[in-house]
Amino acid sequence: MTAPSAGGAPKVSKVSEAIIRIAGNSQDGIQAIGGFLARLAGRSEQEVMTFMTIPATISGGPSIFQVRIGSGEVLSSGDDADVLLAFYQHSYEDHITSVKKGGIVLYDSDHVEPKAEWQKEYHHIGVPISGLTVEAIGGTAKDKGKNIYALGLVAKMFDLNIPKLEKLIGERFTGKDTSILNNALAAFHAGYSHSLGNVIETFKFVESQKKTGHQVVMNGNEALGYGLIAAGVRFGAGYPITPWSDIMELLRRELPKYGGTFVQCEDEIASISMAIGGGYAGRVSVTGSSGPGISLKTEALGWAVMAEIPLIIVDIQRGGPSTGMPTNVEQSDLNIACFGGHGDSPRVVIAPANVEDCFYTAIEAVNIARKYSVPVIIVSDQAIATRIEAFEEPNMEKVCQDISPDLTPVADHKPYDLAVADGVTRHVAPGTRIMNGIYPIATGLEHDEFGHPSGSPKMHMQMTAKRRKKLQALAATYPTPAIYGPSEGNVLLVGWGSTQGPIKEAVDRARAAGDSVSSIHIKHINPLPNGLENIFAGFNHVLVVEMNDEGLYGYGQLAGLLRARYGDPKIRGINKCDGLTFKVKDIVEKAQATVSAGLRKM
Amino acid sequence: MSSSLTDLPVRGGNITAATLPDAERKGLTKKEIAADHPTWCPGCGDFSVLALYFKLIEKRKLWHEKVTTIAGIGCSSRFPYFVQAHGAHYIHGRALPFASGISLSRPDLHVFVFGGDGDAFSIGGNHFNHTARKNIKMTYVVMDNWVYGLTKKQTSPTSPIGFKSKTDITGAMDQPINPMKQAISAGATFVARTTHTNPNHVLQMMEAAMDHDGFSFVECLSECVEFYEGAFDASNPRKGGVFNSVPADHDVTDEIAAYKLAGEPFPGHFGIFYKNNRPTKNANEQKIIAAAREKVTGLKDWQILQKNFDRLK
Ligand SMILES: Cc1ncc(C[n+]2csc(CCOP(=O)(O)OP(=O)(O)O)c2C)c(N)n1
Ligand code: SF4
Ligand SMILES: [Mg+2]
Repeated sequence: MTAPSAGGAPKVSKVSEAIIRIAGNSQDGIQAIGGFLARLAGRSEQEVMTFMTIPATISGGPSIFQVRIGSGEVLSSGDDADVLLAFYQHSYEDHITSVKKGGIVLYDSDHVEPKAEWQKEYHHIGVPISGLTVEAIGGTAKDKGKNIYALGLVAKMFDLNIPKLEKLIGERFTGKDTSILNNALAAFHAGYSHSLGNVIETFKFVESQKKTGHQVVMNGNEALGYGLIAAGVRFGAGYPITPWSDIMELLRRELPKYGGTFVQCEDEIASISMAIGGGYAGRVSVTGSSGPGISLKTEALGWAVMAEIPLIIVDIQRGGPSTGMPTNVEQSDLNIACFGGHGDSPRVVIAPANVEDCFYTAIEAVNIARKYSVPVIIVSDQAIATRIEAFEEPNMEKVCQDISPDLTPVADHKPYDLAVADGVTRHVAPGTRIMNGIYPIATGLEHDEFGHPSGSPKMHMQMTAKRRKKLQALAATYPTPAIYGPSEGNVLLVGWGSTQGPIKEAVDRARAAGDSVSSIHIKHINPLPNGLENIFAGFNHVLVVEMNDEGLYGYGQLAGLLRARYGDPKIRGINKCDGLTFKVKDIVEKAQATVSAGLRKM
Repeated sequence: MSSSLTDLPVRGGNITAATLPDAERKGLTKKEIAADHPTWCPGCGDFSVLALYFKLIEKRKLWHEKVTTIAGIGCSSRFPYFVQAHGAHYIHGRALPFASGISLSRPDLHVFVFGGDGDAFSIGGNHFNHTARKNIKMTYVVMDNWVYGLTKKQTSPTSPIGFKSKTDITGAMDQPINPMKQAISAGATFVARTTHTNPNHVLQMMEAAMDHDGFSFVECLSECVEFYEGAFDASNPRKGGVFNSVPADHDVTDEIAAYKLAGEPFPGHFGIFYKNNRPTKNANEQKIIAAAREKVTGLKDWQILQKNFDRLK
């Protein structure tokens, strides 16, 4: 968005995107405003991405919600905001530096005392939001509803579609007392009618390219939960922990409609055990957690690897170790996901890149778990979990699958058949009659082909190889990641998980400045896809961008994995662990700092 | 739609068409039920429990494919390898939540769990409480030998005070857990006690447990001849002890009376201490499912999900 021209007659400028940061306290309904804006953008076929912080404390505390709405492709929630909507002095002071120079600060003049030095750099618009909300609604509502009033102001500023917003407000407050809806609409209209036009110009989004089909708007945890349902998962178990809990709550609420259930257990060990029990019984089941809960699951995970039982584990990463930073983002669980537990225990690790990808990753994970009889860990993170994006509505009839247990009798069955070259055997669930009368035991002890204990060194080597070969067979089916930008150049940025958007934007920005930078995104992390070495060969520097610590040796967790595989010292890390998502400029600046000779083509 | 947890899940083939109808199938013989020869020490009490489990399967005409035998880790937990049926040898202490996953997702199966006192009351103690209070349908037989057998004579949570083990060389000092009291107070809906030296009684208790609709718990004293020889002699008439059945006038629905019975000094009584008909979690979940499905009758799974997505536009 271009900065408004100072002074002069109010005018309407066309913009192609806008970044709006809303800062207040969590109980003010900050998320609700952001949600309305995101949903509106989705319905208007615009791209949208949000970012929010939630306080770790229960009763409020500072909270922000940033929405980036664009008529073109939106890759990240944006670095600096065009507009800051500040409800309190602390919101104003803490967030003004995230506003572009010349940007707009819309503040509640009942609570915020603007500072003279900032007034020179930013356009300040004070509106007594709290007072005007009380006036608009009247009665004893106090300033409850000021978020909706502020939404009205924003709607005016960006000439948003009022009927669509009214409809959204109506949907949000359906079923509640009609006076609540009426108050919300009153606050909204009061905000909308408040005159801003003579203070500042207003904006209008240019028409976005019409997309085919409709868009749906949701956060990453919702997309992951619904993706599991689409995949056919009908059973799961978990224990509450932020930010994983949303998924278990969603599944608990939704699964009964599909004849399924989700159990809240006494702890994470019980949860994974119950999910493995469900998987053993023939229904691929899900468990999940965040932070410390993931650590608790590792013994049972090893059992599922050994016994070759399909299982889905969702890890919504947060800052660690221990209780760490419960409501902040970090990508520091890659090592535990790939290697956590004792013994050699190969398992599958996949990381979705964005909200839409959460939905499809869930389906892919379930299909891998079933086909390869293996636990699959979906590694998401707090940032994708809580951010809202619009994406093209899936074709439900096509994507939804039925994975009810197949109990067709079999003539005979060796659960751990060593004759299969690629090591891939199928789990046969109880209830299946085995006509030769020899039944399998699923076990964590090293075993023979029927699952009976074996202490034979040869058997242990063969079975270990079987469990490994399955994943090597899986790796061969993975596509080599696409390169964003030219396939040869100076610097290759490598990312995984939620950093995909900012990394792509960093590539765009660096290339626009004449630098030679490309990127790839690795979704399949364990096993890795084949062919990465050919991609790396095209670049002088391979910089792995991760939200985790640079570690003892100067590179993060994915970089460590890539170094282990390729032994290539040109693989280095761009790391940070401040609990916040990467800004595009962080990535560009850190890349510049890492490659001392500069990012230009050499 | 995918088969709900209420249905017998059959897909991709019809079981009865491919095989004999159940009515025409003969009951299994002991030979057909027995798998590996047990690795237990000669004379171990666990042999009797296994033999009586075979009897139960024979007597009740359970089919191979309908039985799941689940265990944690311990000598007693080797159980599933010796049974020719679907089974799993899970991790130490967590057999109950694993079995709960089977029970809650597969109403067509009989779920039996076997294990030791350490597995049940030490590492798995909390799972015991929660499975009991949730009343998840399954039968759980704890083969209590008052010692850690597999790891060779450490103190167990049921070892009596004074028992000399490798970890309490001067004698155990911590108050032992009373499995009966633990089960009653945790909310188990079927609580019984038996001993391996009285085979008929073991079978009787297992049958009653299997017929109970809920979490049925049986403590079966099972002597570890290797590390705690003679532990239960006082309950064995052949060793000069007494086997006392639960008094005929004991009211099994009286929780306080059951608790009192559980508090008697060894050898105490044997039989059903406590029983009630509280609904199982299985049944409660089915109710929730039925209510939820009523609102989506006639819709395919994808259409139900579509409705959610329509609201997310
Ligand atoms: C997590 C874990 N900790 C410890 C062990 C070692 N371990 C195996 S069995 C056992 C105790 C067995 O005692 P009990 O459950 O009473 O069974 P018993 O052998 O007496 O039948 C222990 C400590 C283990 N297998 N797993
Ligand atoms: S050590 Fe004890 S419990 Fe284990 S098999 Fe031998 S006698 Fe039985
Ligand atoms: Mg024991």
